[in-house]
Amino acid sequence: MIPASFEYHRPADISAALAILDEYGDDARVIAGGHSLIPMMKLRMADIEHLIDLQDIGELKGIFVEGTKVTIGAMATQHELIDNGDIARVAPILHEAALQIADPQVRYMGTVGGNVANGDPGNDMPGLMQCLGATFHLVGSGGTRDVAARDYYEAAYMTDREDDEILTAISFNAPEGGFAYEKQKRKIGDYATAACAAIVKIDGGICTAASIAMTNLSDTPIFSAEAGAALEGTACDATAIDAAVAAATGAIDPTEDNRGPVDFKMHVAGTIIRRAIERAVSRA
Amino acid sequence: MNDMAPSREERIEGLKGLGSSRKRVEDARFTQGKGNYVDDIKLPGMLFGDFVRSPFAHARVKAINTEAAMSVPGVLAVLTAKDLEPLGLHWMPTLAGDKQMVLADGKVLFQGQEVAYVVATDRYAAADGCEAVEVEYEELPVVVDPFKALEDDAPVLREDLEGKMEGAHGPRKHHNHIFTWEAGEKEATEQVLGSAEVVAEEMVYYHRTHPCPLEPCGCVASMDKVNGKLTIWGTFQAPHAIRTVVSLISGIEEHNIRVISPDIGGGFGNKVGAYPGYICSAVASIVTGKPVKWIEDRMDNLMTTAFARDYWMKGKIAATKEGKITGLWCHTTADHGGFDACADPTKFPAGFMNICTGSYDIPTAYLAVDGVYTNKAPGGVAYRCSFRVTEAAYFIERMIEVLAIELGMDAAELRRINFIKKEQFPYQSALGWEYDSGDYHTAWDKALDAVGYDELRKEQAERVEAFKRGETRKLLGIGLTHFTEIVGAGPVKNCDILGLGMFDSCEIRIHPTGSAIARLGTISQGQGHATTFAQILASEIGLPADSITVEEGDTDTAPYGLGTYGSRSTPVAGAATAMAGRKIRAKAQMIAAYLLEVHDDDVEWDVDRFVVKGNPERFKTMKEIAFASYNQAIPGIEPGLEAVSYYDPPNMTYPFGAYICVMEIDVDTGTHEIRQFYALDDCGTRINPMIIEGQVHGGLTEALAIAMGQEIAYDEMGNVKTGTLMDFFIPTAWETPNYTTDYTTTPSPHHPIGAKGVGESPNVGGVPAFSNAVHDAFRAFGLRQSHMPHDHWRIWKIANSLGLHG
Repeated sequence: MIPASFEYHRPADISAALAILDEYGDDARVIAGGHSLIPMMKLRMADIEHLIDLQDIGELKGIFVEGTKVTIGAMATQHELIDNGDIARVAPILHEAALQIADPQVRYMGTVGGNVANGDPGNDMPGLMQCLGATFHLVGSGGTRDVAARDYYEAAYMTDREDDEILTAISFNAPEGGFAYEKQKRKIGDYATAACAAIVKIDGGICTAASIAMTNLSDTPIFSAEAGAALEGTACDATAIDAAVAAATGAIDPTEDNRGPVDFKMHVAGTIIRRAIERAVSRA
Repeated sequence: MNDMAPSREERIEGLKGLGSSRKRVEDARFTQGKGNYVDDIKLPGMLFGDFVRSPFAHARVKAINTEAAMSVPGVLAVLTAKDLEPLGLHWMPTLAGDKQMVLADGKVLFQGQEVAYVVATDRYAAADGCEAVEVEYEELPVVVDPFKALEDDAPVLREDLEGKMEGAHGPRKHHNHIFTWEAGEKEATEQVLGSAEVVAEEMVYYHRTHPCPLEPCGCVASMDKVNGKLTIWGTFQAPHAIRTVVSLISGIEEHNIRVISPDIGGGFGNKVGAYPGYICSAVASIVTGKPVKWIEDRMDNLMTTAFARDYWMKGKIAATKEGKITGLWCHTTADHGGFDACADPTKFPAGFMNICTGSYDIPTAYLAVDGVYTNKAPGGVAYRCSFRVTEAAYFIERMIEVLAIELGMDAAELRRINFIKKEQFPYQSALGWEYDSGDYHTAWDKALDAVGYDELRKEQAERVEAFKRGETRKLLGIGLTHFTEIVGAGPVKNCDILGLGMFDSCEIRIHPTGSAIARLGTISQGQGHATTFAQILASEIGLPADSITVEEGDTDTAPYGLGTYGSRSTPVAGAATAMAGRKIRAKAQMIAAYLLEVHDDDVEWDVDRFVVKGNPERFKTMKEIAFASYNQAIPGIEPGLEAVSYYDPPNMTYPFGAYICVMEIDVDTGTHEIRQFYALDDCGTRINPMIIEGQVHGGLTEALAIAMGQEIAYDEMGNVKTGTLMDFFIPTAWETPNYTTDYTTTPSPHHPIGAKGVGESPNVGGVPAFSNAVHDAFRAFGLRQSHMPHDHWRIWKIANSLGLHG
């Protein structure tokens, strides 16, 4: 539980951080809240010679809500997210989901940026950001670029982010309609056995938009456009929900671990997805 | 009499003696972070040790290259078995009569086994040094299944024992076999089973888990080369026994060894045994002349220091058609891992598993236990229970449920008609124990009334119907348990560890101004001894508990005792405390009589004083007597007021209880919700009701963990799958239900104050209560037995296998 020795860097702005990344290349990693990286280092599964701590970079902090436009700085903590009244008002699904992440101690340190950037399939925010249709803002020495959350994840711990890039912020438009983040876990602090984010908009009894995404049921978060499409244009009756659940479970590929075998996870996923959709519909 | 003088009741209350919910005196320091644990000990020049551990469960160690490690800055030494061999310390004796490698001697037998010990100037350098040690392994076939370990062609695990067919506990019948231990009557039991009207048969597995105390194991060893004295601070549940063991294996005379257990952050059995870290640290200190600290991390603790349970219990229970039990048969296959390092009294290699007739009057019974070596960590300690008592309680409480299913009977009624009756105590069990006292029917009826048992059964039946109609996906389980423990080991005539009789001790000094210090052979790990032993003494000698210091854990100052585990502190050291207090009182009586100028027999004890019989205004308080003992020349009486008692208990004590768990189960997700948990404990005389309640809450929460998710699981290669707290379940407040506690009081007839011990009851009784609730929820759909832990996927599997997913 003791990491190998490393150099610790604490730049004050993004350009300084990028300069260190450029200088050390593969030997350097940025650290946000540290809840994924530090355990890996302590287990000596990650050997990092240069650790770049982002906590002094003011540009990466803050949560901004302007009208329907939400921007979350990468270094905003889960606690700040939960504590933010504007978020609870315009994007209550984020509030609901963040409360289901780990425990208060972890949420004081864990950041939204770290949660989405690392590509850990167990993290809750990636699926949620896919459900919200969020955009990730990256910066590298070559400049800035935006990537859709739905295009960002390639495999476990493999993302579209280049090694010399830093994720600076996440933005999305405030969702409309009913919502739910449903998560089954073994205990407080655990990753999901199965989790699902659902947003459903209903106008005049007919679903006009639906977005369904899932956590820890494949080696990346899974956004199921088919599940949303199965609800759109319907009254979200039992048949439509059955079809959405079938579409969503058809898109996942869980693996066996200590949380259980694949047949169990498939069944639980179906139940959790259904509950998320039903709760979102009930709130729409 | 002076009207201002306190009444008798006020005087009793002021003592805060037996029955007082006195606040814990320990908590002032613990709640302020001012405890002093072994890792808080920092000595000048202190070095740090850390282990290179085997990544393989079974492998030959072909070579160890320490060159690169020695070049790591700060690394001073790397010890291997070759370095320890000349000292005869490359192996060490276990508490179970086996021996265990201190450092890998040619091979490794479990994942995480200690291979080399790196000594460095700080723990970071030690960790870097461990990383740099190069070990060449040749993998060998792995056996993690104890039944496969006993097959003819199973790999030989213990090559050191090859050809040695006589073990510490009798003949070995296979190269991976450790012992067979039997109790009861085999033939008579088989006859009963053969002719019984009803026989229920089941395999009951109590899975491998781990005590996982908040503080892991560790020590600081410091050899003073000037005076030749070795001091070891450590997380020891039995400091005196550790001193004797260290002396026996090191050759250092016992007076030159001082063992100190400072504050201990939970033990639960994990800190009873001796570990390679202690030996290596002591050797490293002797070699370097500097203090050496070794502290486990969480993974080390979970993967290598003592596990608990891992008992495969095959049972057969015979009864009449009316449900009267006529016989019980049990064969247990006990997985002990790579070395037999169980912490049991010497004559009981399967602990007190022969308490497995439980609370029931079973006339004929037979038990056999086979111990087996596998490629798993050694241990087999009593995790918050007396030796193997939780296994026994789980076994019988499952067998009762299975029998109820076989008979089509209500399980509460089946228990009631088989309980040992109040008038049968002292009761001689078919497997050899003499139960001291009990009143099971009273406790049972009180428990069933408290939860509204009949109403619950009605609700459950309605729920089943609603489920069948598709109106709900939740089932209701009612988990019943009536357990009987056997604790307080124990009588020296049949209980010893490494030849050390399992008595315990208390030494009391009364100070001139009427306060006192009591030192005991036990050691608190959170139980609150400093609070409760002062209460016992307060009631015995009439000085306020607040004026009594209780000290334990320093072998240079405390009287010899066998330590704290198996709920033995109150039954044994608590008795010693009362007996030593009575010696104080006997001398005080003579002093009082002298001061009051009457004959010894003319004074009598009254709360905190001796009064002249028939003349209550003439008295001497204990405080006055204490002062007199230091300043008066009393003919025929030595000055001072001190006493010591070494108490050899005449029998064990037999706490019991009735627990009921009401649980909702979601058949689609395998999740559960505990709606109600009622725990009635009868621990005899209650010393501190608040501490009892705390003990019950804590023990039930451990039981919840064990029953519902906690396990040390291995894959087929012998890799530990649950080596961190991500996967090893420790409940937080969120997962912990509310508990309702209750009690009856049936004092132990042979204990000086009638106390029986309570710390472990909730773990013993809680596990079957939670597990039975899970089983009971599915009884209507045909479930008989499903192994723990009942985590989400295993509960889901039950529902799935019963066809409840459509």
